[in-house]
Amino acid sequence: MSNMNFEMPNFALALPEIFVLCMACVVLLADLFVGERNRVVTYLMSQATLVGAAILTVGLHTGETQITFGGSFISDTMGDVLKVFIYLVTAVVFLYSREYLRVRQLFTGEYFVLGLFGVLGMMVMVSAHSFLTIYLGLELLSLSLYAMVALQRDSIGATEAAMKYFVLGSLASGMLLYGMSMFYGVTGSLDITEVSTYLAQSHDKNIVLAFGVVFVVVGLAFKLGAVPFHMWVPDVYHGAPTSVTLYIGTAPKIAAFAMLMRLLVEGLGDLHMQWQGMLIMLAIASMAAGNIIAIAQSNIKRMLAYSTIAHVGFLLLGILPGTENGYSSSMFYILVYALMGLGGFGMVMLLSRAGFEADRLEDFKGLNQRSPWFAFIMLILMISMAGIPVSVGFWAKLAVLQALIRADMTWLAVVAVLFSVIGAYYYLRIVKLMYFDKTEDNSPIQPALDMRVAMSANGLAVFALGIYPSALTALCVAALK
Amino acid sequence: MHNISLAIVLAPLFGAIIAGLFGKAIGRAGAHWVTIIGVAISFGLSLVIFKQIILDGADPYNGAVYTWLVSDGIKFEVGFMIDQLTALMMVVVTFVSLMVHIYTIGYMRDDPGYQRFFSYISLFTFSMLMLVMANNFMQLFFGWEAVGLVSYLLIGFWYQKESAIYANLKAFLVNRVGDLGFLLGIAAVLMYFNTLDYADVFSAAPSMANVTAEVAMNQQWSVITMICILLFIGAMGKSAQVPLHVWLPDSMEGPTPISALIHAATMVTAGIFMVARMSPLYELSQTALSVVIVIGAITALFMGFLGLVQNDIKRVVAYSTLSQLGYMTVALGASAYATGIFHLMTHAFFKALLFLAAGSVIIAMHHEQDITKMGGLKKYMPITYWTSLIGALALIGFPGFSGFFSKDSIIEAVNISTVPGAGFAYFAVLLGVFVTALYTFRMFFLVFHGKERMDEHTRSHLHESPAVVTVPLILLAIPSVVIGAIAIGPLQFGDFFGRAIYVLPEHDVLGVLRGEYHGWAEFIVHGLMAPAVWLSAAGVAVAWFLYMKRPDIAASLKERFSGVYSILDKKYGFDDFNDAVFAGGGRSVGRLFWRFGDIKLIDGVVVNGTANGIGWLSGVIRRAQSGYMYHYAFAMIIGLVVLLTFFVY
Repeated sequence: MSNMNFEMPNFALALPEIFVLCMACVVLLADLFVGERNRVVTYLMSQATLVGAAILTVGLHTGETQITFGGSFISDTMGDVLKVFIYLVTAVVFLYSREYLRVRQLFTGEYFVLGLFGVLGMMVMVSAHSFLTIYLGLELLSLSLYAMVALQRDSIGATEAAMKYFVLGSLASGMLLYGMSMFYGVTGSLDITEVSTYLAQSHDKNIVLAFGVVFVVVGLAFKLGAVPFHMWVPDVYHGAPTSVTLYIGTAPKIAAFAMLMRLLVEGLGDLHMQWQGMLIMLAIASMAAGNIIAIAQSNIKRMLAYSTIAHVGFLLLGILPGTENGYSSSMFYILVYALMGLGGFGMVMLLSRAGFEADRLEDFKGLNQRSPWFAFIMLILMISMAGIPVSVGFWAKLAVLQALIRADMTWLAVVAVLFSVIGAYYYLRIVKLMYFDKTEDNSPIQPALDMRVAMSANGLAVFALGIYPSALTALCVAALK
Repeated sequence: MHNISLAIVLAPLFGAIIAGLFGKAIGRAGAHWVTIIGVAISFGLSLVIFKQIILDGADPYNGAVYTWLVSDGIKFEVGFMIDQLTALMMVVVTFVSLMVHIYTIGYMRDDPGYQRFFSYISLFTFSMLMLVMANNFMQLFFGWEAVGLVSYLLIGFWYQKESAIYANLKAFLVNRVGDLGFLLGIAAVLMYFNTLDYADVFSAAPSMANVTAEVAMNQQWSVITMICILLFIGAMGKSAQVPLHVWLPDSMEGPTPISALIHAATMVTAGIFMVARMSPLYELSQTALSVVIVIGAITALFMGFLGLVQNDIKRVVAYSTLSQLGYMTVALGASAYATGIFHLMTHAFFKALLFLAAGSVIIAMHHEQDITKMGGLKKYMPITYWTSLIGALALIGFPGFSGFFSKDSIIEAVNISTVPGAGFAYFAVLLGVFVTALYTFRMFFLVFHGKERMDEHTRSHLHESPAVVTVPLILLAIPSVVIGAIAIGPLQFGDFFGRAIYVLPEHDVLGVLRGEYHGWAEFIVHGLMAPAVWLSAAGVAVAWFLYMKRPDIAASLKERFSGVYSILDKKYGFDDFNDAVFAGGGRSVGRLFWRFGDIKLIDGVVVNGTANGIGWLSGVIRRAQSGYMYHYAFAMIIGLVVLLTFFVY
């Protein structure tokens, strides 16, 4: 900002962010005054915040791309679509978590307040138009997540996980920031438009830029959980209370996709040749390690953690061809993944009860006898995660593979298919456990009504999207126009 | 005509679906009513079509009903081609089917699978109609396979019976061999004509007459010959020609109405019909006609011999069916397609009659099928006796009966045919007449005349079958007598088939015979002067002498010619050969591949090997997840360094 004439930003564009910020503070204060028994008020206010934000986002949607706050904030269709999905996913996370938290004496205001601040962080990431805003959003999200992991203070696993997450996350943030500073050094700006204009005009590719790209990609890879920057993922997913795992595993992935788009595609699009190679390596390593190590897991949360890593590999595959078609298939993939992840972790929570986490694979044995309906829902989810036709997971994988083949990267598509085949094993093992093994645990499954309905809707949505995926794909294509 | 044809096809299908899926709900009577009404509608409408096409001389109908798919410009359609040939076949098929439906009410009265049975035979009628009414090769193939499927289901109808399962599997496998040829033939048609539509193929055929294709090792084959022979291999399977005949005798494991409907009157004649339908192709290939006539002649004669040593009443009739199918095939080979179809029609009536009569005997004998344990049934079962006699006389070609006209025409046609192999065929069909008479009347005498050889219990219960059984017998007996005299004029020597059957002028044996034909009565007189009638009379006389007058001679002949007898008893060893070489060979090759290919290679190395390998790998890599934070941080730094070295330097 060399010229100091102060321009009034267009606050209206950031109204949803401002609303969430205010409401998060309100919820924080209100929570102090409602008693232990009326904690449900906090929960309802949080849900209301998300609904309100959704109304604001949809209502303010113009379809035009507008930039404000001195070039550091962008409002566009992609951002709006992603934000709405973030609200939706977070609302479902809160809904699934309510009973789980209450049973474990974790039903406190902190979870929801931190959750809302995390949402705010994600919104900032989604709408960021400057390296600094991206970083700001990311740190707001990360700090909320560190705290949420540590929410269960008396659990050794949870505190250990939070500690690891915090230290490693700081390391990664440092790298990301370092990479950004290199770009600032070369281009003299943090504004995404200005950086990208500079890169398009300068022909000598500075060595510093090459360093910068590597550091930025490493930072992003850590946040996404791509191999070899994935080590925190299984430990955190496993150690955190399942409701927190659910939160970490779903909505932030959508924000991470937005961050990839803003940073790599919009900002560093001209360095495509440099980051494409890195993403190929990360993607292959993620699919390989994720799918193969998942097989050896006996804990379903860890298994789903590795499965997430493998899915991230697929997400990167969609980005790396550098085509519009690839971006939209990646967006479709991540939205579908969020839906399936919600279902998967949600099912673990649905089966758990006081003193019982239901997070071992054995706990799924004979689920069909105990509850045929939820076994069926889990079946849909597993089939979809494995990408078996005709499920929405299949369409998502297919879209990515098509984008790869159109970009003449057939070999990469073949590799992806091979690892997906390996991955099918551990998803189908759950199906086998549910349908063909005998259960030793005959305690009834009695989730609350809202949980029951939401879980069924979640499963059926996956099912319905498998039959009719074109609405969502069309949305993704439109969002990236 | 479009709507009528559609109704003809769909009425039995509707009946089959209702009886099959809702059999429990509608009950036994419901099942037979819905299917009989369906087939009766088909029969009635077939008569309407027959009247329009043949009596009123309407133009043949050829039209598509539904386009299934269009791929690369080739249409796959469901369509009907209704000309004289089709109209005749439709009437024969629906009439016999209707008779069999009615008869089944009596025959299957106590069977637990009553509804299922009606569903199957209606489904069969639908399939057979689809086959004969097709206007393209794809639908022909559909019908072809569908009748095969129903035949399979019905042979194994009593699926608790080991021998029935064996028989239906055998029928299925043998038909696979034929169908492979058939499918290749259709593929060749598609490849060279680029269409599956009959009309297009037939009109393009003359221009393909001299086209050759390299088959293998620089061998140039005429395309038409190749197509015709491949299609004929399909016909050999379906119409049970040597060496693919082995399934038909065993198919007698199915209920008798099925033997009459499918394995005598209709399905087995699909091959004959198909060749007649393809006459514009077969006419272009002398070689194919030669193959057809030789195969037919071998079947006609040698399968007849086998009838002489059988003691199972249904098997005797089955071998006579094989032999008569051979006659029809011979007629096709001699380019006398009309005669082949004529014999197909007369045979459908009298053979269905003989089978149903045999069924009537079997009911009376409490499911005893061995003719050496029967005898003297004449006085207990007068209607069955007289109708059987009519059937037998028609079969052996007694002057005036329907079989006489068709069989004599075949013999005459072969006599003047110039196709290579016709000389052998003439000898075979002529000798076959004697053999036919011999085995037919051997059976007839052993069943209805002579000593009563059954046990006391069975004898005390002997009585004539109920009306649902005898009425179809009588209704079938009428055409068995008169249809020959009525039809020979128009069918053989008139312009009955119009353009439905195409014969080259130089092959036109019927044209030569037409000059000598002066009405059916004269045909009989003329027949009396030919050797065939006297050979058949001799056959009857020998049968009477050997089995009624001096049974001891029959026994001593059996002793003296035990070598010949055992060859016949083993059916020339076809079954043993197939069991040892094809079944045994197939099983040992399968076992080999299973042991080495499947268990060791695929299961052991490829499937379990990969799975174990990945499982092991998974166990190793997971150790990298040590839980120590400095390991994690170290991995990140390593990753960073690797990326830096790769992409910066």
